[in-house]
Amino acid sequence: MSEPPSTTDPSITLYRLQACPFCERVVRKLDEYDLDYRSRFVEAMHSERDVVKRISGKRTVPAIVDENTGVTMSESANIVEYLDNTYGAEA
Amino acid sequence: MELDFEVVDLDESDHPDEGAQAPDFVRPLVNDEYWEDVALSELAADGPVLLVFYTMDGDFPATYIWNELRDRAWDDDYDITVVGLSISSPYEHKTFIDEREMDYRLFSDPQNGVAEEYGIVNDLDGMAGISEPRPAVFLIDDERMIQYAWVAQEWPGFPDYDEIEGKLADR
Repeated sequence: MSEPPSTTDPSITLYRLQACPFCERVVRKLDEYDLDYRSRFVEAMHSERDVVKRISGKRTVPAIVDENTGVTMSESANIVEYLDNTYGAEA
Repeated sequence: MELDFEVVDLDESDHPDEGAQAPDFVRPLVNDEYWEDVALSELAADGPVLLVFYTMDGDFPATYIWNELRDRAWDDDYDITVVGLSISSPYEHKTFIDEREMDYRLFSDPQNGVAEEYGIVNDLDGMAGISEPRPAVFLIDDERMIQYAWVAQEWPGFPDYDEIEGKLADR
């Protein structure tokens, strides 16, 4: 967090809700693999989350878009598993 | 909230604890009609104050905290003034007070200087240049002596409302 965050188009975008533990779980995993990502913060009201629905088909967060692989995904457990499989030691 | 994974732990905080004097400050204090600069010591001069630091005005988690405080209405039963503080602007506070339909007033501290004074700064990941207080609650008496202090040690973190209520009832 001491590094100035890059805004030069990281290939991963994370849609998140401030202080949402499910989202923080994904953040931790992204940090663990030292992945560059862009955070987009949305509101808690599902009706205010059209942007998430447009990209993922659902209004739930966290949701990530990974342009490296073309994957868009919701649900923190799924995302963590995906990140492990894609960027983890065994990938 | 039961989760099958660990929430994020925050670093140790270095905040004033019970028995210490709470730092005084002046900030715009917002009610549903207007705001004006008010010192914490002015509020305390009228009686004990429950000072609630919370995450910037929004649906979550600010809404959880203030819905709970509104519903508990401690100021009806105890000699206490409940006030909040976040980095949100006075305009946002006014909207928030309206939306939550609450009578409590909120200090506005966009530059987060009060949290620095209290040793409870929370730098926000993913929002460059923005820091805010971590969730915290201080119960202070009319001389600003701290009678109860709680500072979040994880993120998100919420106060133990029953513990605070017990403290209010014991006085």
